[in-house]
Amino acid sequence: MNIDYSKYITELQGALLNTDRLAVEEIIADALGELSKLDLLEKVVTTALAAIGDAWQKGDVALSQVYMSGVICEEIISKIMRAKAVMQTTQPKIAIAVLEDQHQLGKRMVSSVVRAAGYALIDYGAGIGAEQLIEKVLKDKIDILLLSALMLPSALKAGYVCEKLRELGAATKVVVGGAPFRLDPRLVEEVSAYAFGYNASDVIGIIEQAVSADAK
Amino acid sequence: MQSKSSMTSMQRVLTTLSHREPDRVPYFLFLTMYGAKVLGISIEDYFSKVDNVVEGQLEMRRRYRHDSLLAFGYASAELEAWGGETIFYPDGPPNAAAPILANVEAIDQLVLPDISKAQSLQRTLQVIEKLKLHVADEVPIIGVVLSPFSMPILQLGFERYLQLLHFDKPRFNRLMWLNEKFCGQWANAQLAAGATAIGYFDPLASPTMIPRETYLASGYQTFKRMLGEINGAIAVHMASGKTLSLLPDLVNSGAALMGFSAEENIPDIKAACRNKVTLLGNFNGIAMRHWDEQETKRQVKLIIDGAGQGGGLIVADNHGEIPWQTPEQVLYWIGEAIEQFGSYPLKVN
Repeated sequence: MNIDYSKYITELQGALLNTDRLAVEEIIADALGELSKLDLLEKVVTTALAAIGDAWQKGDVALSQVYMSGVICEEIISKIMRAKAVMQTTQPKIAIAVLEDQHQLGKRMVSSVVRAAGYALIDYGAGIGAEQLIEKVLKDKIDILLLSALMLPSALKAGYVCEKLRELGAATKVVVGGAPFRLDPRLVEEVSAYAFGYNASDVIGIIEQAVSADAK
Repeated sequence: MQSKSSMTSMQRVLTTLSHREPDRVPYFLFLTMYGAKVLGISIEDYFSKVDNVVEGQLEMRRRYRHDSLLAFGYASAELEAWGGETIFYPDGPPNAAAPILANVEAIDQLVLPDISKAQSLQRTLQVIEKLKLHVADEVPIIGVVLSPFSMPILQLGFERYLQLLHFDKPRFNRLMWLNEKFCGQWANAQLAAGATAIGYFDPLASPTMIPRETYLASGYQTFKRMLGEINGAIAVHMASGKTLSLLPDLVNSGAALMGFSAEENIPDIKAACRNKVTLLGNFNGIAMRHWDEQETKRQVKLIIDGAGQGGGLIVADNHGEIPWQTPEQVLYWIGEAIEQFGSYPLKVN
């Protein structure tokens, strides 16, 4: 049977951009009459969030809409679908942090997208020092470390973390994101990160790519 | 008649603000913590003493020859007045520590701070008074307020604030009422101390951050009320956020200056603001760390060519703060490039 995902994606996207929780719940309940939980996550929710991220990149929607969309999806997915039952089958160890900086919105947005897509995530918080972060990453054997930065010094510290993890023989893939990287693409190269997410929803593609690279 | 070449910074800025051409394009370097670097002390020490900031501001203007002095130190100084704390870093701007409001319900008990008892704000007022004694009316002194609409990012945290904005109108309105009172008093205290104009720092207003319709129904209403409260010229600044789609609403509002983003097309912005609002911008503050002499000159020329004709332009960075990591040489090159390309009448390519 050919399923038309596009109608759910379009409806969900519209409801999310209007911050209409009730409508989102109804669309998801409706979709579940036709789709499996995993299909709903992968083909509808993730796609809608990615489209909203792309629209922000083009300047068509605002950051607050991207944030609220992620939060609503995360809340409703966990409420309606009992999140544990719809986790992705391949679960890399993923952690997220904001280095030596207190600005947490970016971290929260990425966290929502990652969890809404069915991945488990360890949150190391904001304002964490580079040495402490490296210690935690090694102890927890993190496969993918997501670093969100708003301030330039915080973005630059990502370079130190990448370098140190490599020196210590860790295979952790460091993914960076946030305004400094967006405003100066040379920074990504400078900190030698594994990947850069222009917007929060980019992270799912990056995680999938990292998982598939490790599987080879 | 005043010779164009002998204009003071104040005359130059006032001329461009009236949409006429001064001797050359004025430029503001928003140097905050950078003063600590110049004086060779820590950022925390630098901001802890009035005389450090005064000396830093005067020394930086002597070195880089820009057209303003900045009384602003760090945004969290305002939060300190509300009972908040600040975290200092060795190589970047101070951050606000934990929000002062643990939840939205705490707004119900929030009381307006007394500016005269807030040490961080009193230090800023003393900086303004001392700078004024040094430069009298020759150099504009820029005071800064965090807009009542953006202040809750520090008071509540960004996430809780966005939820408040969307889902709890009564508490949002109460917080705006308190913040507007505070902002008006704080702006006017700076003007009374000798500030020439007030930078109205409103990053949340940008369409990059919230939808235009949401801003027009909320932060824009606050802004219009603040225009009536603040007794001086206002420069609206949205940090690095885009502004273009808001310009039809802002250009006729009464704001004197408007910051704009490095991600925006300069001629488009100029067309929307010509003869109405003076532009302030728009170097990419993050990328300028890498600039060599050639790139610095190219960037300065780009802004002047795109927005300099007829006055109404002050060259500046797009975020409102030159990063600590910017090499000092770049600041010298900016001054040289302004001299080279910014003399009126401009050479049109």
